[in-house]
Amino acid sequence: MYVAVKGGEKAIRNAHRLLAEKRRGDTSVPEVGVDQIREQLSLAVDRVMAEGSLYDRDLAALAIKQARGDLVEAIFLLRAYRTTLPRVGTSQPLDTAAMHVRRRISATYKDVPGGQVLGPTFDYTHRLLDADLSLPAEHQPETRSETAQDEKASSFTGTCPKVLSFLEKEGLLPPEEGADSPPGDLTRQALELPAGRDIRLQNLARADEGLLLALAYSTQRGFGSTHPFAGEIRMGEVEVFFTPEELGFPVLVGEVTLTECESVNNLTAAKGQPVSFTRGYGLAFGESERKAISMALVDRALRAGEFDEEERGPAQNAEFVLYHSDNVEASGFVQHLKLPHYVDFQADLALVRALRGKTDMGGNDACPDK
Amino acid sequence: MPAPTSKAAGQATGQSVVSYNFAYMDEQTKRMIRRSLLKAVAIPGYQVPFGGREMPMPYGWGTGGMQVSAAVMGKEDVFKVIDQGSDDTTNAVSIRAFFARVAGIRTTTATVEATLIQTRHRIPEQALREGQIMVYQVPIPEPLRWMEPSEAETRAMHALEEYGVMHVKLYEDIARHGEIATSFDYPVLVNKRYVMSPSPLPKFDNPKMNQCPALQLFGAGREKRIYAIPPYTTVTSLDFEDYPFAVQRWDVPCALCGATDSYLDEIITDDTGARMFVCSDTDHCARHAVARDMQ
Repeated sequence: MYVAVKGGEKAIRNAHRLLAEKRRGDTSVPEVGVDQIREQLSLAVDRVMAEGSLYDRDLAALAIKQARGDLVEAIFLLRAYRTTLPRVGTSQPLDTAAMHVRRRISATYKDVPGGQVLGPTFDYTHRLLDADLSLPAEHQPETRSETAQDEKASSFTGTCPKVLSFLEKEGLLPPEEGADSPPGDLTRQALELPAGRDIRLQNLARADEGLLLALAYSTQRGFGSTHPFAGEIRMGEVEVFFTPEELGFPVLVGEVTLTECESVNNLTAAKGQPVSFTRGYGLAFGESERKAISMALVDRALRAGEFDEEERGPAQNAEFVLYHSDNVEASGFVQHLKLPHYVDFQADLALVRALRGKTDMGGNDACPDK
Repeated sequence: MPAPTSKAAGQATGQSVVSYNFAYMDEQTKRMIRRSLLKAVAIPGYQVPFGGREMPMPYGWGTGGMQVSAAVMGKEDVFKVIDQGSDDTTNAVSIRAFFARVAGIRTTTATVEATLIQTRHRIPEQALREGQIMVYQVPIPEPLRWMEPSEAETRAMHALEEYGVMHVKLYEDIARHGEIATSFDYPVLVNKRYVMSPSPLPKFDNPKMNQCPALQLFGAGREKRIYAIPPYTTVTSLDFEDYPFAVQRWDVPCALCGATDSYLDEIITDDTGARMFVCSDTDHCARHAVARDMQ
């Protein structure tokens, strides 16, 4: 005799146990520490912080460990923690021109004041697997640590002017105007359309890196081309100031590592105005260069309406981009298909049988009136 | 206020354990949701945008319902969660356990005992009463979405009461199939004004929404929309005079309890495809079986 399915509680408990066991893996191998993830998988930590919208290296590292290295899952863990935190206030706008730069390049000028600073980049590495890395530290060739020291000695940590400011001074690029009203906040309000650039940029900053990369790439391949140049990419530390109400003056509360990209894009001429360049903007927590560049390209694509450009690609469609960019939303909804749908499937089953004019077995008649 | 603790962040920072507020969300967030709920109740069937938050469960798994439940939940509430009509499906178990942990409230599987019922895909067979709150998990709150993908467009269509496309869709069903080929998430008209998605309920449950004594709240977490049907509101399923709305019916009673008034799930019982039909509402089924045995 069939008995209705029960035992979900026990099954869940066992699944959680199994998950914990798989997370740990072979116990003869030492357990990875959260501090090791934070220090040695720092780019994963950066991505999780950026899309998790929470700047906390320890929590991001913990999330990565807990998620068995699944970064979208780790982002979700961080978001679900972030959402419970009370909001103390809003910081002063960050001054990225005052960034203590560790990397700074411009593809539009051979040389600029402050120079080209490569910093810690994969760009000119040969992508050859380095077998030495699989050896224990004491057996690795000494050259490795020497190189590290050389880099430290030569690493640049000063400030330098924004590359695009030179174009602004010449009048070839309109400066970005700060809005009078405080920026919107998607984590507190539902997305409303048409969305202002503040909301769009916030959405893109939280957006899935993979999606942004694909959208940016699609504009390069002709689906809404914006002819971008990497005007400036900079990465380094920016100080965060906060003005407590009771004090009334800004106080330094810490610093964050950021990657910023400003793209110089195709020309526009507002009515009666001389022709000028346009700009796309990308900003992300940590060392997240692919994300920042992609974001700048998509930001520029989404400004199509502003410059009376014809919409020729999905990257230019704000509703399409903004509603589908969040990987926590997307991952959840796509995977909710795993949940039971017996009731609705039963309804469809009955409907199909009725439409085919068959009422068999249970004699389900979905349409008694006909 | 009880503050259940978790070891979540303490491990990483070496600091003390992290604590969560009653029912997980902070009080400002709950207030924000309650304001949206008040607006939703004031305009029955209208989708109110709200600042939906991340929940510790994935989007599409009931985060909207959970936020609404958390916002209206009090310490005295008795909480019931069903998925597909059952208290024992894994996601129902998971959500019930979550609130038992972060709110410490009493839970039940009995529809009559519950003051707050969160549901996915069903309305209990037991008639709801005054004072109860039904919370529906909603995946796609927009009933016009399959006809018009743009949110900007559909909001304007609701504002203008421009529901022609919906009637055309239903008409095309009849022209093509001889009847309205929508068996669940069947659109309703609320208070003679807004066309509303009832969430993916089988249309069998639609009539239960009409003049219901309980307050019905709908939460769509990913889409960040809340809507509501106040008690004793007129809710009609869309139809045509010559093709009136009708619900699913079965010729056989429930194979477990003998009920003839309930929505039945089809269970395949062996390799040859033999089937039986049993109540989808497990609480209703168990009670009906007891009542039958006592006779």
